[in-house]
Amino acid sequence: MSVRNQGIVPIRVEQDVVLARQAVRKLAQECGLRLVDQTKLITAASELARNAVIYGGGGDMDWQILDEEGRSGLRLTFRDEGPGIGDIRQAMTDGWSSGTGLGLGLSGAKRLVSEFELDSAPGKGTRVSIARWT
Amino acid sequence: MERIPILRMGEFLLVTIQVDMHDQLALTLQEDLGERISATSARGVLIDISALDIVDSFTGRMIGTISAQSRIMDAHTVLVGMQPEVAITLVELGLTLPGVSTALDVERGMKLLSARVANA
Ligand SMILES: Nc1ncnc2c1ncn2[C@@H]1O[C@H](COP(=O)(O)OP(=O)(O)O)[C@@H](O)[C@H]1O
Ligand SMILES: [Mg+2]
Repeated sequence: MSVRNQGIVPIRVEQDVVLARQAVRKLAQECGLRLVDQTKLITAASELARNAVIYGGGGDMDWQILDEEGRSGLRLTFRDEGPGIGDIRQAMTDGWSSGTGLGLGLSGAKRLVSEFELDSAPGKGTRVSIARWT
Repeated sequence: MERIPILRMGEFLLVTIQVDMHDQLALTLQEDLGERISATSARGVLIDISALDIVDSFTGRMIGTISAQSRIMDAHTVLVGMQPEVAITLVELGLTLPGVSTALDVERGMKLLSARVANA
């Protein structure tokens, strides 16, 4: 697997969620993802970027366009140094929110991508990595 | 402040969402619509999302809230123009938009609203 291109998009305030969505749209097109896969990845990214702002107090999105044996992929990693998640199983449950959300961000994002990795602990911040391939 | 315009067409209100909304803008629209329904005694609200290339759980919740809020104020809401890939993604995200009526385009949405209001 080789990295064709990579970069970082800051996600500090609510408006950055819009910019992150637009950046992911451009990257997903460059990567050659089908329209429906682009839409799924952007939607998942929107959920994770919002979580990083609301719960994580802001963070960054790392992106990588990957090439591997005739296919390409876009990997996005959302990182924040907020309070972290104490009960990951609860946070991944459809409909569970510690705030006023619908509780579909993490669980829904997982269904929308082909790779999903969540790494979080209280006091350690949160890192969610997702990817979709052509 | 930035706002999504709300047009009045007879007894209906028409909202065409043409920008990628940040969350605060979506909340402002929700509040503005409530005020306009009350001020105009509108019987229906048509929300055109044909220009939206994604709907996430925040926008989905806003649409559901607008629909519920309108119903309490004796108005019907119809959502029109959802792109097929957006619809597929919403289902997978787990958002079912219960109680929200949908139509393919503005023309059909208007017909649906008129029928709803006539039957009410
Ligand atoms: N980056 C994060 N940092 C801390 N907690 C988080 C983070 N992302 C998600 N959570 C926790 O997981 C819960 C579920 O998240 P999510 O599925 O996106 O639903 P919602 O945002 O609607 O609450 C949140 O309510 C929050 O408590
Ligand atoms: Mg969320």
